[in-house]
Amino acid sequence: MTKIVVVTSGKGGVGKTTTSASFATGLAQRGKKVAVIDFDVGLRNLDLIMGCERRVVFDFVNVIQGEASLRQALIKDKTFPNLHILAASQTRDKEALTPEGVEKVLNDLRSEGFDYVVCDSPAGIERGAHLAMYFADEALVVTNPEVSSVRDSDRVLGLLASKTRRVERNEARIKEHLVLTRYNPARVLKGEMLSLEDVTEILAIPVLGVIPESTAVLNSSNAGTPVITLPDADAGQAYDDLVSRFLGEDRPLRFTTVEKKGLFSKWLGG
Amino acid sequence: MALDWLKFFRTEPKNTANLAKERLKVVVAHQREGRGRGPEYLPKLREEILNVVRKYVDVPETAVNIQVQNEDGLEVLEMNIALPEQRRS
Ligand SMILES: Nc1ncnc2c1ncn2[C@@H]1O[C@H](COP(=O)(O)OP(=O)(O)OP(=O)(O)O)[C@@H](O)[C@H]1O
Ligand SMILES: [Mg+2]
Repeated sequence: MTKIVVVTSGKGGVGKTTTSASFATGLAQRGKKVAVIDFDVGLRNLDLIMGCERRVVFDFVNVIQGEASLRQALIKDKTFPNLHILAASQTRDKEALTPEGVEKVLNDLRSEGFDYVVCDSPAGIERGAHLAMYFADEALVVTNPEVSSVRDSDRVLGLLASKTRRVERNEARIKEHLVLTRYNPARVLKGEMLSLEDVTEILAIPVLGVIPESTAVLNSSNAGTPVITLPDADAGQAYDDLVSRFLGEDRPLRFTTVEKKGLFSKWLGG
Repeated sequence: MALDWLKFFRTEPKNTANLAKERLKVVVAHQREGRGRGPEYLPKLREEILNVVRKYVDVPETAVNIQVQNEDGLEVLEMNIALPEQRRS
């Protein structure tokens, strides 16, 4: 059974692509067959974060329009052969993404035996974001501890509960998970930033992971390697916990309180 | 505007997070009005009915369909159970 997971947020720039890349890679590290799709038509990004930008020949829209087969367009990850990337199109025509086209690609991935399809949603609540969530079984709602991000996440939760195929077919609800990212426990302690408790109280969905604000994220995107592959990075470890929890393992939250850090761990990126 | 902002920080030096939370509660409550997800128990009800039906008939996951209808101000639960096609011999 293929599970379709959308990574969504409403607000832009909160960490959806960063999360999609690490989440998909983490699942692949655990032996799952994974495809990660960039739904951000016109603003391709995931390929850079996954470090495969030079190997993009065909994209999502090419497949939908029948200009390439799915197999031709899927890019095999350089480290994990069971991880595949489908790049977004650079076309400016957002209409190129059609519900029928998206459904066909997802069905083909199903028959290819993929365990997980991770859909990296664009910002906003327009066509691309709608199609990224429409077919989903589960949702990672990426949120920053900041007012506009939390409000947008709540709007997205409203859409997940009304504008998806599961709702239309009266099937069991999409399983929603909170991913609180760019979290800074020191600022929370000072009363300058919403705490994890504040955010979960408002959004009322279970938390899957808390990712700290981390210099390692920029370093990893510079290099084109998802941060989860850096075992010494705090954000990488937090994403690793998140993936394990998603698969049902019990892992306590880390990086949610202020820790006294040695020089060494500071230097590694905290 | 800038003055108000300064005043705010003088009287309440630390609790901007609390203020954020209170403002969000109001905004989110407003946003949720009229979202109308139907009764909370609907998915569970559907699932349980599906399980009961499956005791007797082999039906797919999508066989049970429940909808909330509003008829003359009265809320009505409309339920459809699609049975698999039967051949008559
Ligand atoms: N935990 C983190 N710590 C520090 N920086 C982060 C973290 N997560 C994401 N970022 C940074 O935030 C920026 C936006 O991240 P990302 O591209 O993943 O967001 P997005 O939600 O996909 O954006 P868009 O809405 O434009 O698609 C990037 O510069 C990224 O490096
Ligand atoms: Mg993105």
